[in-house]
Amino acid sequence: MFNKKNWFMLMLIAALTLVLAACGGDDKKESDSDSSSDGEKTATSALETVKANDKIVWGVKNDTKLFGLKNPSTGEVEGFDIDIAKEITAIILGDPSKVEFKEVTSKTRIPMLNNGEIDAIVATMTITEERRQEVDFSDVYFEAGQSLLVKKGSPIKSVEDLDASTKVLAVKGSTSAINIREKAPEAQVLEFENYAEAFTALKAGQGDTLTTDNSILFGMASDDSNYEVLDGTFTDEPYGIAMKKGSDDFVKAVNDALAELKANGKYDEIYEKWIVLE
Amino acid sequence: MLDFTILSENMDMFMEGFKTTLFVSFLALISSFVLGTILAIFRIAPIKPLNWIGGIYVEFIRNIPILIILFFIFTGLPVLGIRLSGFTAGTIALTVYTAAFIAEAIRAGIMAVPKGQTEAARSSGLNYVQTMWYVILPQAIKIVIPPLGNQFINLVKNSSILTIVAAGELMYQGDLISSRTFVTFDVYIFVAIFYLIITIPLSLGVNYLEKHLAKSN
Amino acid sequence: MDFIGAYSPDHLVFLLKGFWVTIKIAAVSIFFSFIIGGLVGTLRYAKVPVLSQVLAVLVELVRNLPLLLIIFFVYFALPEIGIKFSITWSAIIALTVFESAMVSEIIRSGLNSVHKGQIEAGRSSGLSYVQTLWHIVLPQGIRRMVPPIVSQFISLLKDTSLAVVIALPELMHHAQVINAQNINYIVPIFLFVSVMYFVVNYALSLVARRLELKVQ
Repeated sequence: MFNKKNWFMLMLIAALTLVLAACGGDDKKESDSDSSSDGEKTATSALETVKANDKIVWGVKNDTKLFGLKNPSTGEVEGFDIDIAKEITAIILGDPSKVEFKEVTSKTRIPMLNNGEIDAIVATMTITEERRQEVDFSDVYFEAGQSLLVKKGSPIKSVEDLDASTKVLAVKGSTSAINIREKAPEAQVLEFENYAEAFTALKAGQGDTLTTDNSILFGMASDDSNYEVLDGTFTDEPYGIAMKKGSDDFVKAVNDALAELKANGKYDEIYEKWIVLE
Repeated sequence: MLDFTILSENMDMFMEGFKTTLFVSFLALISSFVLGTILAIFRIAPIKPLNWIGGIYVEFIRNIPILIILFFIFTGLPVLGIRLSGFTAGTIALTVYTAAFIAEAIRAGIMAVPKGQTEAARSSGLNYVQTMWYVILPQAIKIVIPPLGNQFINLVKNSSILTIVAAGELMYQGDLISSRTFVTFDVYIFVAIFYLIITIPLSLGVNYLEKHLAKSN
Repeated sequence: MDFIGAYSPDHLVFLLKGFWVTIKIAAVSIFFSFIIGGLVGTLRYAKVPVLSQVLAVLVELVRNLPLLLIIFFVYFALPEIGIKFSITWSAIIALTVFESAMVSEIIRSGLNSVHKGQIEAGRSSGLSYVQTLWHIVLPQGIRRMVPPIVSQFISLLKDTSLAVVIALPELMHHAQVINAQNINYIVPIFLFVSVMYFVVNYALSLVARRLELKVQ
């Protein structure tokens, strides 16, 4: 005999269908509310909001050596992206200390920007057409390109050497994970939550090579001298600073600040401090 | 409505994930049942060192997160020279973790069989192992089946953490599909439905058995 | 393996900070779960028409889904339909939704364990149904609910580690930050972190066992 609980659960399966229908309804509501909130944004611009708060909240990486790495001793995040963010803040708000850093990953950064947790993303983020649909980008602030990190003495010398027997490690939600499948369709691609876990997996021998932007790979290689970055890149990855869609004045302020940093030599200073290419 | 084209266009990946989740859960169920039974016997055997081993294992494993076991096997063991794929590491982590809970369930089942039965069996000439095998275990199994069913449901749910070591199961495939298509909401709803297809029938079965076995006593 | 490097004072402080976040998030989540689970469990016990059926369906749905999926869903999928939370709140909400379902079952079976005759006695002595629940059934049920709730809190402390996937700065996340520096730290750090979880959870499980004995 079926007891009551079992009946509930049968109803539950039926209810799933209803859930599906309900979600559909929500989807439509979402596009409505989006357009209305766009209207609100023009009322108070992103730049005014930042100035009113007297603080810029930057979304930064915390696991990417040279760009954004959390120092466990101080709890502070350090790197190229961090210094760029501080200098831009200094120009816009007049004080480099009016910053707050929030840690993001490739997967979390766009949701965090859109829900207002952060004002801008400076986190090794490549400018792509797909992303332009969702966020506004500044001018390019760093030219990177995708490459491969291998253990010294590895038989892999270029992307052409990747075949069905190679395991390539990548990070979920990154452009490099998509690119590598086009460049090396035969290879097995394993995707991890973030770079730290992907590199730990590589060091643990769970893959033959790790792929992402060379800028990030150089950081890993400088961390562990048993690994090297292969020469040459097979994609162009121009990094941009991302802001919420429709923040024209904020984008302009950031671009002006970037231009100023390049003109007054601060940019080169930061570049030399962090990006030591062999 | 949900975007069913996402489901149909990525059906291969969903199905691969679904099959891998089923396979991993099945493998881990068998192995954790074997390991759990051994541990339960260790805990009640009349040999002190075995009691200790069983006790330490069960108490320690039950009180730490399964994630730490998984990371330890996947990235810690290679430092010690043992390298396992995400799939194997995940299956072992699920086994190690679930076995502790299964051991407790089986021990409780064995303890529920009246002491007099052991004495009766022993005095009729059976040795300890025979008593366990022919008299106690068959009765204990009946008590143990519903909690074991619950453990299997937990096992299926816990198998989702294998996504973190890229083991190719349902959650992992869902993550890949959502990062390719930039659609998250619909993809996760479909992933949820695939999990429910496994867990709801199990849950119904456990409820039925609980009622049924309770009646037969 | 590098035990000395791994156990530097900086690292240990960093791990303790992570554990403090784990404990805070778990405590906030169990608090909300107790309120929501208590309400859901009581409504289901009281067999309020329609509502208790709807709740039964929701509880079964949540109990049969992986927590990891719920965390991912709250953090990555809800923003797509315009519902957005920070990392911390996403973790708390996901844990609360999941644990509320578990707690509601504990509450319901705790209430069910109170003898039906007591309700009749309460009613016939002039108390309303709600008064009977509040003054007679609940106080007796709670004694039986406390041990499983403590066990549920242990599960919650362990489950909080899953929020590592959305970079919640809890213990597991901090362990991974340290492990990323040097592969030789991995084994020592995981041993230490396991012991941290074990000590707290084992102590709690002893409390739960004592309470269980008292109830019996």
